[in-house]
Amino acid sequence: MEPYRPQGKSSITTSSTTNLPLYRSAPPLEVKLEDFELYAIDRLRVLKGISDGLSRGKKSEEMEERVRELWNTNMKHPQASEDVNKDIISHFVLRLVYCRTEELRKWFLSMETILFRHRFLYAGSESQKQVVAELGLPYKPISYAEFEAVKDKLVQVARLFGLTVPSGDAIYYKVPWEEVPELVAGRRIFLHKGYAYITMYQVVSLAATQFRSYLSKALSLTNRKWTSTIREQEKNRLTPIVEALCTSYLGPDYSQLREYGDVSIKDLDQIAKSSFPLCMRHLFEKLKEDHHLKHGGRMQLGLFLKGVGLKLDDALAFWKAEFSQRVGAERFDKEYAYSIRHNYGKEGKRVDYSPYCCQKIISSSPSVGDHHGCPYRHFSEDNLRAALGKMGVNNRTMDDIMDKVRNRHYQLACTLTFESIHGLSCDAGINHPNQYFIDSQKVLQSKNNSTA
Amino acid sequence: MFISSRFKRTELAEPGGKGNFPPKLLIFPQFLSRLPPFLFLITSLSPEPNPSIPVFRSNFITCFPSVSLPFRSVFPFAASTLQQFTGAVAKMVTAAVENQESDMVEGNEQKPKNIVSDGFDANYLKIYYGKLFPHADFFKWMSYGNDGKHPGSDQSYFGRREFSFTLDNDIYLRFQSFNSLSEMENSIKEKCPFKIDIGPVYSVDPAKRHAYAGDNVFTPVERELVFDIDMTDYDDVRYCCSGADVCLDCWPLMTAAIKVIDTTLRDDFGFNHILWVFSGRRGVHCWVCDGKARRLSNEQRAAIAEYFHLYQGNESSRKKISLTGPVLHPFLARSYIEVLKDSFESQLLCSQKIFSTEERYEKILDMIHDESITSELRGRWQDNRRPSKNDVNSVRWEQLKNMLQSGKHKAKGTRRHVEEIVFSFTYPRLDLEVTKHMNHLLKAPFCVHPKTGRICVPIDPEHCDEFDPTTVPTVAQLLEELNAADMEVDSETDWDRTSLGESIRFFRSSFLQPLLKSCKEEIESSHNLKVQQSKNSLSW
Ligand code: SF4
Ligand SMILES: [Zn+2]
Repeated sequence: MEPYRPQGKSSITTSSTTNLPLYRSAPPLEVKLEDFELYAIDRLRVLKGISDGLSRGKKSEEMEERVRELWNTNMKHPQASEDVNKDIISHFVLRLVYCRTEELRKWFLSMETILFRHRFLYAGSESQKQVVAELGLPYKPISYAEFEAVKDKLVQVARLFGLTVPSGDAIYYKVPWEEVPELVAGRRIFLHKGYAYITMYQVVSLAATQFRSYLSKALSLTNRKWTSTIREQEKNRLTPIVEALCTSYLGPDYSQLREYGDVSIKDLDQIAKSSFPLCMRHLFEKLKEDHHLKHGGRMQLGLFLKGVGLKLDDALAFWKAEFSQRVGAERFDKEYAYSIRHNYGKEGKRVDYSPYCCQKIISSSPSVGDHHGCPYRHFSEDNLRAALGKMGVNNRTMDDIMDKVRNRHYQLACTLTFESIHGLSCDAGINHPNQYFIDSQKVLQSKNNSTA
Repeated sequence: MFISSRFKRTELAEPGGKGNFPPKLLIFPQFLSRLPPFLFLITSLSPEPNPSIPVFRSNFITCFPSVSLPFRSVFPFAASTLQQFTGAVAKMVTAAVENQESDMVEGNEQKPKNIVSDGFDANYLKIYYGKLFPHADFFKWMSYGNDGKHPGSDQSYFGRREFSFTLDNDIYLRFQSFNSLSEMENSIKEKCPFKIDIGPVYSVDPAKRHAYAGDNVFTPVERELVFDIDMTDYDDVRYCCSGADVCLDCWPLMTAAIKVIDTTLRDDFGFNHILWVFSGRRGVHCWVCDGKARRLSNEQRAAIAEYFHLYQGNESSRKKISLTGPVLHPFLARSYIEVLKDSFESQLLCSQKIFSTEERYEKILDMIHDESITSELRGRWQDNRRPSKNDVNSVRWEQLKNMLQSGKHKAKGTRRHVEEIVFSFTYPRLDLEVTKHMNHLLKAPFCVHPKTGRICVPIDPEHCDEFDPTTVPTVAQLLEELNAADMEVDSETDWDRTSLGESIRFFRSSFLQPLLKSCKEEIESSHNLKVQQSKNSLSW
């Protein structure tokens, strides 16, 4: 495969020994196109893992643990010497992927900053000092004698904020107070003769702020480059990869059913009630009611049902039974059967289409007459409450769900619904309607087994 | 006898009288014993003098030609004009005497001195600005060393400073700027503002701001860090006076504020050039003039303001200040130990009679959220009718402290209450907005307060305990002192013969000189750095 040479042409790379790069310039490395994509996907797993943890309201200690684990499982290269390269390359690829819209930039910026923050905290004091210097922060570590002189006051401030009282080896930095106005405003530091004495922990936030603002600028620059040149230049090579990466769903595919064999038409009504997530339940009910669904709905439900285990023949029969009541059998065969076969890869390009993941459904934009999309996002509050009530969600959970919805954590809202209906927690969270279905079936089966 | 009379403009055939009318006619009878009677006729100049019309450039004129001039004033007008003028004055005198009944100030015979020294009169201002106001020191200060010959000094600096004048009749002139000492001095003398406010230094001359409209070029770039503390904000913790009044019983609140803020600005923030000024009536202003302070961003100013800010509660909350957390921040702890505790216990507690009535002590008991403590104290205080040798306020305060700090109650979260009470009654209350924004205007030092006539004199923070707002000289008092003093001394040092002298000497020696020294050093070092840099860039 053709090697890819990133655009950033800076030939000077600080021969940094730190394992915490600031990504100031694109690496002057040759990258195999497959690595280009694989590295990026690995990093994406880390970032998505962080984003997941956050939206599920993980506490900071849990997050620390999680970030470290995500990093170690995804970003270690078999050759240790390649770790740094993988880190840098993957960052720059994702920068390209996520520079393209405001929303993407915002997400990437937050996740990378959190990642940086955590890695900084565990980087060891030498690396930390180096990063502080590289960021150009005017912080000086204070000497032991200086520390002893103001120790009492530092203890006072630390106690004030419930932090561990500094011991002899605590690293404190001294910085002109003008550099840290927000810490001054909150009286979060000890001030003396124009200098603020800040702890390592506070340095982390400042470094992270600096990192963030730098990256933010870099991203808009990359965006400009992307739209003006790269997209066109690379339209046959990188552009498709880049454009696919940000919507890539990293979980299992659900296009072929593994352990759960077939589902027959007669079972559908029952499992729709017991195990479909709200988005699919809604489509299913609307189909039964109207004997019709528009294209978006047919795709979303059709692929889902394929994932659930409905065979092509059954699928054709199922859709025909409904549609023919409205448009007649003949018209169904002529106009609609094709797309169902197509979904199963029997027509056209013969690709096996995968069921949609939550992210894709959530980001769709249904218009008038459409019933697809994610109800948590696309329903009005009243309609959503009514629908959830029908599913058997109790009032207290309902309020929690609405809370998540208001904060735009739709998948979390869906997870809460799952938990409320099935009466047990779902740690992994809901990322895919088919996962919802499978998890639900598992729960129901084990309940059946235990009662049997 | 004291006569003050206003005349309509038409009654005076005064040449060149385009200025502020009506002029005032004053007779100072208390001078009669020492000096022949004379009249001050204050004429105001028209803003743009027409060269064809003679204009009186004098501040005051004697109307008794046979009497020698009390001041060495210069009358740059022709003899004929003078005749015309004295004629007009003669008419005025007649009119004044006729109107005497209605214009006489009541009770003036009993205490004539008070009438002069308490009063404020626009006419005094002319003399004050002409003879006493330290224009040159003021200019030196606001130039921050940039008026020197050093190549590193910024000659445009002073000219980019906004001044604003409040004239008689509430006419408000903003964005005044001056390119030199004489320009400033002339303008002040001519417009004779009731109040001079100082604004920021802008990126360009504020008088020419319209030329830059829309380009965002015209923005404030420098401004002293300022604080404004006003006694009216303390009305809920002082019982001696309220509103605009102050007395020696409540002034310790200002003294405490000065001490807390001054120490913190120096010790915590590292500032050195700090000027404290009496606001003329009921408060103090603080000017932090270090280069670092003048260049602070709004965000940094806000940070300082917040550093000082303690949430003071609101009308509906029981507690005025709550101090949470296991300890106090070192800054608050120091303020408490070094200033507030003492100010409360040895001054305000008794002078404000903080525990003397039920209504007052209930206000304090309300801050303690422990029924058992408050009911016990209330019981003791209600019964306690017999007079004690000790001051009731001190006795009750000791009882309250003992109760709160006794081992029995210590654990119950009441340990902070003693501090909270002291903070509520003494901690500085700042007008945060003034501090937070660069473009807030603040009254200049050495102005005359238009209501009290008192001069906005500097206060020495090291001896602020000795400062007495009720004996600050008034403009009338200064003029009297001036009259009483020897006329033969050089007029350059007129102020030295009045009680303003002490203030100006303090301003110079404790504030201006050290400030200018450090400005000079700063200008030199930044200039050297620039030269160094340009050399380096050349050699590369
Ligand atoms: S979160 Fe996912 S599974 Fe749940 S309703 Fe929305 S799209 Fe469906
Ligand atoms: Zn008072």
